[in-house]
Amino acid sequence: MTQFLQQLINGLSIGSVYALMAVGYSLVYSIMNFSNFAHGGVIMFGAYFGFFYLTLFRLPFPVALIGAALSTAILAIIIERTAYKPLRNRRAPFLYFIICAMGMSIFLENIIIALPFIGPTFRTYPEIFSKTPIKIGSLAVGRLDLLMFIISAICLGLLVYFIDFTKIGKAIQATSYNIKASALMGINTDFIIITVFALGGFFAGIAGVLFGMKYTVYPQIGVITNKSFIAAVFGGLGSLPGAVIGSVLLGIIETFTSGYISSQYRDLIAFVLLIAVLVIRPRGLMGKSNEDKA
Amino acid sequence: MDAYIQGILILSGINLMAVLGLSLLTGFTGLFSFGHAGFMAIGGYTAAAMTVKYHMPFIPALLIGAIAASFVSAIIGALTLKLKGDYFCIATLGFGEATRLILDNVQYFGGARGWPGIPAYTNLTNVVIINIIAIVLLANLIRSKHGRNMIAVREEELASQIAGINVFKYKLISLMISAAYAGIAGGLMAHYMTFLQPKMFALTKSTELTIIVIFGGLGSISGSVLGALVLTSLPEILRAFSNWRLVIYGLAVIIIMITRPEGLMGGYEFTPQSMKKLFSNLKGKRLKSSEGRE
Repeated sequence: MTQFLQQLINGLSIGSVYALMAVGYSLVYSIMNFSNFAHGGVIMFGAYFGFFYLTLFRLPFPVALIGAALSTAILAIIIERTAYKPLRNRRAPFLYFIICAMGMSIFLENIIIALPFIGPTFRTYPEIFSKTPIKIGSLAVGRLDLLMFIISAICLGLLVYFIDFTKIGKAIQATSYNIKASALMGINTDFIIITVFALGGFFAGIAGVLFGMKYTVYPQIGVITNKSFIAAVFGGLGSLPGAVIGSVLLGIIETFTSGYISSQYRDLIAFVLLIAVLVIRPRGLMGKSNEDKA
Repeated sequence: MDAYIQGILILSGINLMAVLGLSLLTGFTGLFSFGHAGFMAIGGYTAAAMTVKYHMPFIPALLIGAIAASFVSAIIGALTLKLKGDYFCIATLGFGEATRLILDNVQYFGGARGWPGIPAYTNLTNVVIINIIAIVLLANLIRSKHGRNMIAVREEELASQIAGINVFKYKLISLMISAAYAGIAGGLMAHYMTFLQPKMFALTKSTELTIIVIFGGLGSISGSVLGALVLTSLPEILRAFSNWRLVIYGLAVIIIMITRPEGLMGGYEFTPQSMKKLFSNLKGKRLKSSEGRE
């Protein structure tokens, strides 16, 4: 029983960080109907921003965290303006967006490797929170795990508030429902797209810092974030509650697999789950229907 | 010939084989795949198993590898080809990664550590011959009734369905042939490297193949040939800037998508007829200009 609860807590903690990443995929998908594979690169940049703000500039942790999030938000906007805007202007098919996103993710990953002062070395975050876990009864909860969960929960709460209760949030919902009609209703869809990228980038930065603290920082960290993409598909692409539920479930499934079966199968289970979801229920747990309205 | 140049040519030929298959799927049927490295892996491991464990001659082993890849693709296709656009890409991505992770755990093939000691059967002669056969077969397929049906599916799925083309069937055929090509490429690679490791067939390999097809031009066999030659040898030539070459690569993909999405050849083919036409056009122009001068 103790082991079960322990795994559950670990799963919730990692799942909540996946959720922060997955909402970025889902937000962009809900408006633009393509999978933004450059998001993994943005998350990786977030981890590096946080690392350098903490070590090079010696900023206090909350400032570094927010700073990293703002930096990646700006990065996401720059990516949208340079890579996707020209395609949007041309009304290119979604496949060109995907290829462009793939190119962007190759670029982001390798610019970090190529830049002489960063390079491909693994870096470890300074120890900000002590490694001694908090004891609750017979359970040991890592301080970092708890922090990850709390920060993610706060961020997701803010996002829900923003989407459901502000004017811009309502505009995002309208745009995701029908981009052409909302443009006709006077919504500046270009601005909405920038907002969506900025939001996704902001959360990517926070997720990157948390992820970097939990593990290490290295250029290929974006590959791991592919799992958050799977979580977004699992929950249903384009659906925010779906992304969160899918992520938490994936986190729990992963920790249970590595806890009870073998950690070797942890990554495999994620991809098998992806295929299974696509075969059994392609629109995910709560996604929009993927049928073309031709 | 210089062994180094020969090596680059063999690598280009192996890539070309996989790219030709992908060209049929992406360029002529309009389906994007991010899992072709998975088919290469299946073909490669099967062919190597045939030569190493059953001491089979090279060509039959390659063919068995191709059949194995094609068979798996039929299963994947039957399950996922009914999905629309984006979701098929994602399913192939999941398939490719799952294949790699499964192979990581198959100790019979050496697992993640790799599998050395595969006989070096691949040489420039048989790579060139196999590629020529593959190109001739593909060119004939595309000009046949079936090829035209595939192009119709690419152009307008709904309209071709109304016109009586079995869209699902042609998508499946295209996928199976393309997987067979990838399987042969995998077999060639196994017997050239004399070493197999699941890492060789990661997502980056699939992306690389897709990028070559797009770089060469969707719907052009000669474009694929040119693309495979240029993009395989370019990183070799740029070895000196090893860190920067992938940065340039990623940037090039983005720039191509933004400025010249039809790729290098843009659907144009080098055939004896088109060459004749081109030369006669040039001659005509020269005649005209010389007339002008007089």
